[in-house]
Amino acid sequence: MSIVVGYIPSPEGEAALERAIKESTARQARLIVVNSSKGDQLVDDRLIDAKQHHDLEARLTESGVDFWIQRQTQGIDAADQILQVAEAQRAELIVIGLRKRTPMGKFIMGSVAQRVLLQAGCPVLSLKATNDW
Amino acid sequence: MDTFNLLMGGFESALTPINLLFAFAGVVLGTAVGVLPGIGPAMAVALLLPLTFGMETSSALIMFAGIYYGGMYGGSTTSILLNTPGESATVITAIEGHKMAKAGRASQALATAAIGSFVAGTIGTALLVTVTPIVVKFAVSLGAPSYFAIMVLSLITVTAVLGSSKIRGFAALGLGLAIGLVGMDPVSGQKRLTFGFAPLIDGIDIVVVAVAIFAIGEALWIAAHLRRTPAHTIPVGTPWMGKEDWKRSWKPWLRGTAFGFPFGALPAGGAEVPTFLSYVTEKKLSKHPEEFGHGAIEGVAGPEAANNASAAGTLTPMLALGLPTNATAAVMLAFLTMKGIQPGPFLFENEPDLVWALIASLFIGNTLLLLINLPLAPLWAKLLKIPRPYLYAGILFFATLGAFSVNMQVADLWILLLIGLLGFALRRFGLPVLPLILGVIIGPMAEEQLRKTFQLSSGSVSGIWSEPLAVGIYVLIAVLLVLPAVITYIRRSRGRHDVVAEAVLGEVADHPKHKAGVSGTTADDDERENS
Repeated sequence: MSIVVGYIPSPEGEAALERAIKESTARQARLIVVNSSKGDQLVDDRLIDAKQHHDLEARLTESGVDFWIQRQTQGIDAADQILQVAEAQRAELIVIGLRKRTPMGKFIMGSVAQRVLLQAGCPVLSLKATNDW
Repeated sequence: MDTFNLLMGGFESALTPINLLFAFAGVVLGTAVGVLPGIGPAMAVALLLPLTFGMETSSALIMFAGIYYGGMYGGSTTSILLNTPGESATVITAIEGHKMAKAGRASQALATAAIGSFVAGTIGTALLVTVTPIVVKFAVSLGAPSYFAIMVLSLITVTAVLGSSKIRGFAALGLGLAIGLVGMDPVSGQKRLTFGFAPLIDGIDIVVVAVAIFAIGEALWIAAHLRRTPAHTIPVGTPWMGKEDWKRSWKPWLRGTAFGFPFGALPAGGAEVPTFLSYVTEKKLSKHPEEFGHGAIEGVAGPEAANNASAAGTLTPMLALGLPTNATAAVMLAFLTMKGIQPGPFLFENEPDLVWALIASLFIGNTLLLLINLPLAPLWAKLLKIPRPYLYAGILFFATLGAFSVNMQVADLWILLLIGLLGFALRRFGLPVLPLILGVIIGPMAEEQLRKTFQLSSGSVSGIWSEPLAVGIYVLIAVLLVLPAVITYIRRSRGRHDVVAEAVLGEVADHPKHKAGVSGTTADDDERENS
């Protein structure tokens, strides 16, 4: 069994990763970290570079879970990428970070998280960067 | 002091609130398109041409001048932060600039580029004010044969001397001249290359060609390479310089200006040679030669100043002779023609208000650029995060709208698409765009002068060399074409190894596209040493 987590280097991403590590330790499941960029921007800070990849690896090794990092530099968008990996791995849980967004912001920007929530075939755990209450 | 009074008159008309607004819009837009690789000031001006139909000619020209200078500033930002020079003029800046940014000195690199550009731009524009009237006086006395010779010279130098490959350059030039031929023969009224297609009789509008080559061609090219692994930007704060940086920068700025302006002012144009020469000079003169290749501030300051000074210089042949030598100047000239203003030596006499307002706006634009670039550099870097599909959808929309609005005929859209495909093919096969655009613009002008020459000599070919200046220029062209080959031959027979070329080629090796161009420049450099 495995757990898929969508990771980007941001507070939301960090929160999701932390929680995913906890979950996979508790469930003895394999952790698959997905980081991707559609590759249609010249500059994309959400994609981890070699150094961040290395740090991430060190951190996961230290936590003692069985893990796999899937880093996609170009092609499909993040939601499709997460769903694809989750389906291929028959994931028991998907963990994603959410940003607070107003309905208007959602309308304009679209949402990766919404698509994952609606289309996933397994439970999805979504969380904010901080626990506000 | 006549010039001075005229310039003050120019300031008067350029400093009206509405024109200041246009200058501001121009520099903001220019910086934005300069920052984005692949979208240059030439494309921006071409896309804006249709919007200027209802505008005052002087306001539109002031905005274009802002875009022209702004593009130069913006280009250095991308070169320094991303190592992706948007145009050939900033290739040299990227060598040291990106190294500086990697070493955590991005702020200083951006500051020296911006302040250097300001210094060089201001001195360059001042030189433009002093030199251009002299050139005009000289140009008025030129006869058709000499004029034709100068045009041939500028076409040949832009094609053969500056480009990376001569064959590709001449192929692009040939395509441009062919497009320029389409339409009715100006003297006999014969239809040329129209293939019985009625809309072609009036010729292909230069706006359509420019928009197609720059916007459609680039959009297709990007669409073919849409997905690329994105880079990480280097975080920057507000640009600033320490005392040491100032001390090391001011001399390269002035030397870069000295290199840049004359090269820009020659009807040959181009910023590649002066930026390269400036880089080599700074490397030789620097007190810290060991820093070169690891981010030396002189290597950013000098070429960046040379780049902007040559941009100012380029306006000299454009205003005095009606000869553009870079793409943006070419499109600006097309705009003047569209407005029914005859470019050439009589421009100063016929449209003094327009010309001096333009020159005054260059000073204003330069100052505005410094003001918006220094504090806002981190903001400009954010533009690089715009997803390309959105950006190019917008460009295609404006391109189509623009091409249609010129003559309001659907046929123009088909022509736009066809030439756009040609633009894509140019990029695919590595043909330079500049000779093509210059061919389209200078071609018909050169033809006019050639026809005049033949009318004067009643059809005899000898009319072409009937003026001493024309003969001199043809000799110069021959020398320019033959000399590089001779030098290569001599060098090969001596078996000498060129240290300078080696050193530079080693450093520029990660820009293979420009490699040949740089080695060509080295030959020029050697020429000077040998003589």
